[in-house]
Amino acid sequence: MSTNLQIAFRFLVAKRRAMLLSLTCTVLGVGFFIVTQATTSGFQDLFIKTLLETDGAIRIQDEIQDTMRSMAAAGNDPKESFQIEEKEGRKYIEGIPQPALLMEALRSFSNVAGMAEVLHANVFITSSFKEDTAQLYGINIDESSIDNFFHVSDLSSQIVAGDLGDFRTNPNRILIGTVLARRLQVAPGDSIQIKVSASQADQRRYKIAAVYETGVEDIDKVRVFMHLEDARSLLHKPTEASYIQVTLVDKDRAPADAARMQLTLKHSAAPWQQREAVWLTVFRALKVSSALTTSIFTLIAGIAMGSTLFMIVMEKTKEIAILRSMGYTPRDISSIFIWQAAIVLLVGCLAGCALGAGVTYAVNQIPLPLRGIFKTNVFPVTWLGWHYFWAVFVAVVVVMIASLIPARRAARLQPGDVIRGTAQ
Amino acid sequence: MNAATATAADAPDPQIAIRCEGLHRYLGQGEGRVHVLRGVSFEAKRGQVYAIVGPSGCGKSTLLYLLGLLDQPDKGHIWIDRHLMSNSGDEARTAARGEHIGFVFQFHFLMQEFTSLENVMMPMRKLGRLSVEAMAERARSLLTAVGLGDKTHRLGTQLSGGEQQRVAVARALANQPAIILADEPTGNLDAKNSTIVFDLLTRLAKENGQAIVLVTHNPEIANRCDVIRPMRDGLFV
Repeated sequence: MSTNLQIAFRFLVAKRRAMLLSLTCTVLGVGFFIVTQATTSGFQDLFIKTLLETDGAIRIQDEIQDTMRSMAAAGNDPKESFQIEEKEGRKYIEGIPQPALLMEALRSFSNVAGMAEVLHANVFITSSFKEDTAQLYGINIDESSIDNFFHVSDLSSQIVAGDLGDFRTNPNRILIGTVLARRLQVAPGDSIQIKVSASQADQRRYKIAAVYETGVEDIDKVRVFMHLEDARSLLHKPTEASYIQVTLVDKDRAPADAARMQLTLKHSAAPWQQREAVWLTVFRALKVSSALTTSIFTLIAGIAMGSTLFMIVMEKTKEIAILRSMGYTPRDISSIFIWQAAIVLLVGCLAGCALGAGVTYAVNQIPLPLRGIFKTNVFPVTWLGWHYFWAVFVAVVVVMIASLIPARRAARLQPGDVIRGTAQ
Repeated sequence: MNAATATAADAPDPQIAIRCEGLHRYLGQGEGRVHVLRGVSFEAKRGQVYAIVGPSGCGKSTLLYLLGLLDQPDKGHIWIDRHLMSNSGDEARTAARGEHIGFVFQFHFLMQEFTSLENVMMPMRKLGRLSVEAMAERARSLLTAVGLGDKTHRLGTQLSGGEQQRVAVARALANQPAIILADEPTGNLDAKNSTIVFDLLTRLAKENGQAIVLVTHNPEIANRCDVIRPMRDGLFV
């Protein structure tokens, strides 16, 4: 152990009660920072996972057409000149007329992991109990196709009642969300009737094969999944698709990939970050807010450390002077005080990380059945090394800055002044 | 003599451990500014014990701190072991203190969190010339020499005033400095302990050929020194 470190350690131990506040605040600051980041990230990650598993990373939909530009023509006679003014911009043509061609083009994007065409329409659904509105999703469930919807969605694992096999193998079968099933008072095996418009007389009967639950209220209360062919037949749209659901190898590259897809495929492409920008902003704000709140502990730790070190400097002026008389440099003196802060930080950060990990684990065991924007039965947490890094980083920066001032003051003490008794 | 002409050649006698010439020092600020030293010159030879005596406020301690490079003169020059130090930077003066000068103060200034052995080892650890084992061995032998061989592992708080001052003497001798500067080393001790500490200091220093400069109000102690230099109003008289 270096002499400076040894002196620092002895000074610190002698002042352990005063240092306890700083140590405690460091532990709490680091620990709570980790816990709050783990929990807010847990909710955010669960939300992102849910939305990727239900709606994919990118949704390719309406065709884009550039509108006409304003034109002007000049004639010899000013009266013959004319100008056609058009509002410049884009025009979106609903749907994808040739989904197979578009999907073929999508395969050239290296980050694309899977894709599936979906035909979508608003419908009326009638059970023996009541009629309700719903959104029909015609999906490709052909197991021999690589563009199977189950490859780009977690729907198959979200079945909570009924038999997915029945849905896969039999036509005229549908999957219905838990909320809609509850509203209609239906269960697997029951029949319902679907029509496209309220005035339409042509109603078709389907059997509920299974009930799914994504945990997203807005999905579970409206979405009805049926075979793509059945949907085409019902909606009288034999070839087109409403959108293509795309999953990616690297989900974080979705905005860049979507921009490239939109440019090259001339169809609007919406990445998940854009589709759920509001919720993602809320989660980000929560993370920053909780980080700032918990950093108050670290700030108190810094203030406590600074004041304790100031106290030690004031009490140890004679020891500092005698060390300087023995050949210890101002840098040695400064390092003695920096070491004290470093020891508290080391112990505080280690204990804080342990506290953070322990509380995170305990929180993760708390039963918390939540539905709404995702589905969970326990308090979700995310285990991420960066949370620990940032917690320690904030503590190190705050405590070290707070320690530098007393350390510099100690280093500037003139031994002659101290021994003469005139040191300020 | 100005700084430009003050060189090592001005202190040719190798027996002279420390020398100063024309030292001036002002203390305080504004109207409270006092001309404490008014052109003091002094030299100390190895193996000799010097007593600086005089009334309070005459500048004895101020001179001692200047000689010990703990303070800087406003004017004048100081040579330590033939090296001009008065104009050096803090780094060089700090290094010179560690290597050439040992201090004993009226108050022992032991580090209370450390044992007497660790206190004596403290200057050696900074100088870093010996291994840890050799430092400990030397510290033990010095503590034995000052009669504390059986109290090497006691903390400062577990020693009497006289014992603490003896540890301070051992600490001052730790790096075998050429000069021992003592500011009222017995001022806080009773007569018996004063005699013990003074005898120890002078005996050990003389054995090693070290120059001792001590400031004292005690005429008995002063009379036992080789040279007495009385001061008044910032000058030797």
